[in-house]
Amino acid sequence: MTIISSASRTPAVRAEGLVKSFGGNRAVDGVDLTVEAGTVYGVLGPNGAGKTTTISMLATLLRPDAGKAEIFGYDVVRDPQIVRQLIGLTGQFASVDETLSATENLVIFGRLLGLSRIDAKRKAAELLEEFSLTEAATRPLAKFSGGMRRRLDLAASLIAQPPLIFLDEPTTGLDPRTRGQMWETIRRLVATGSTVLLTTQYLDEADQLADRIAVIDRGTVVAEGTALELKASVGQASLLLRLRAGSDIAEAQREIARVLGVTAVVSPEAARLTVPMSDPDRVADLLVAFREAGLHLEELSVQQPTLDEVFLTLTGRGVPDDDEAAHATADDLEGVRA
Amino acid sequence: MTAIATPIVPVSDRRLSNRTSLTLTVQNTLTMAWRGILKIRRTPEQLIDVTVQPIIFTLMFTYIFGGAIAGDVQSYLPIIIPGILVQTVITTSVVTGVQLREDMDKGVFDRFRSLPIARIAPLSGALLADTLRYTIATTLTFTMGFIMGFRPAGGLGGVVAAGLLVIACSWAMSWIFAFFGVIARTASSVQGISMLILFPLTFLSNAFVPADTMPDWLQWFVEANPVSHLVTAVRDLVNEGTVGADVFIALLGAGLIVAVFAPLTVRAYMRKA
Repeated sequence: MTIISSASRTPAVRAEGLVKSFGGNRAVDGVDLTVEAGTVYGVLGPNGAGKTTTISMLATLLRPDAGKAEIFGYDVVRDPQIVRQLIGLTGQFASVDETLSATENLVIFGRLLGLSRIDAKRKAAELLEEFSLTEAATRPLAKFSGGMRRRLDLAASLIAQPPLIFLDEPTTGLDPRTRGQMWETIRRLVATGSTVLLTTQYLDEADQLADRIAVIDRGTVVAEGTALELKASVGQASLLLRLRAGSDIAEAQREIARVLGVTAVVSPEAARLTVPMSDPDRVADLLVAFREAGLHLEELSVQQPTLDEVFLTLTGRGVPDDDEAAHATADDLEGVRA
Repeated sequence: MTAIATPIVPVSDRRLSNRTSLTLTVQNTLTMAWRGILKIRRTPEQLIDVTVQPIIFTLMFTYIFGGAIAGDVQSYLPIIIPGILVQTVITTSVVTGVQLREDMDKGVFDRFRSLPIARIAPLSGALLADTLRYTIATTLTFTMGFIMGFRPAGGLGGVVAAGLLVIACSWAMSWIFAFFGVIARTASSVQGISMLILFPLTFLSNAFVPADTMPDWLQWFVEANPVSHLVTAVRDLVNEGTVGADVFIALLGAGLIVAVFAPLTVRAYMRKA
């Protein structure tokens, strides 16, 4: 990945070689990130890839074992208290007080951030209005839905109008309508000059919101670029081909390379090829070439790129299976909370 | 729709400091204490221990030990009420550690850590809010004593001064339990460890019985135990209205505990952060 050097503008985030281990597990293993001010940056990866740990280090919650990170030029280890004045953090789990009401939560955060009692109350009312929580303002949070909690959590991050906002999986577990509202809010934030760094498991979300995306896997950045660049590397969509018994997979791969100029990935269950499809128009050429080479197809389908596909292409293997992912996340959390 | 419509202030125009001033520390602590009191108001059931315990302990200990130690209940009251008071309020301070542990397991502490506030504030605020609990326990113990016929010779002034002294010392003690609250993995282990410390401290003292019937080695411990000095100081204040040397020894002990455990606790808390 390239680090853009600009004399005039300090990047909002500059991380080099960040490392964090929990026990023997290197949750973050040399992450480099550069986020230009005023942009939305997406960190895309499966559960347990090290997204939350990376954000925790950038937000001064965890001390990096190695590497360095700067927020608007301020070192997260040397000047943590300055960094905290420049960031807002919305965690994967709503970081608000369950026993208190929405208003009480926001007023407390406002007071902690140095607002007077009157200003804190006014700001809380504004934010509740903004996030359509006014009606529920005095109810204890225990009665809030997941979406309401997440909205309140984001509202709490915006009290001080920090120039950089971390959103750790802001829409995981939200229904499509609430997700859409969240996206709208994030866009409006950027319009006011905020920089947003968000993590997500959904390619679609990164695509919708982020100017640049880093794909992270097993604690390292495996690809970085604009959504367009990433898609180009994966293919707009994938062509799934299952060869009829007796056809030579190696020969099929050669034909694909010759005709389309891309490398086909053989799926774990073999006999199936995943071919990045950048130009659907040329699929016909491939089929003709197969016919001429005597390669026969059992099945042919087109799949839109998914995170799975991005991973298959970028790392040569799929998204870790659920057990492993869940395990890694649990470790991650333990590290953050222990 | 004005909340996120105003443009944010650019980083270069902000006044930034990596230092946390004392004023900010005090402000943050008071805000966090206010949060603690709001929480108590929302969940009043957590006050059961500080309301029921003083009533039961005062009744129980007075009638069990009264006749055996002082001949009758009336003459035991001036000895036992200060003892019960100290024991009850210090026991209450254990809950501070347990609740802190439970609180820290919630996501809201992640946010506190990411805010530009004094690092000590989430701890010091919680501990300060708990002095409300100590005040309730103190008031109830004195009230129970009064109902049972205790008439403190030191007058109202002595009683109030004694109450404040006990609250201040318990606040200091709560730093010990807050420390265990921060380093322990679960709330129940905090309870366990704290009880191990609490029992010798409160029972191996002059809180319930005079020390002169104990074996020499135990007397030595009882004499050195800061809880004994606190109990003696409270007895002096309540029964004679005098400020003895024990008041200063108790305050000195409290100061030492804070000086040692407050930095330890904050450091442990920061390391977890």
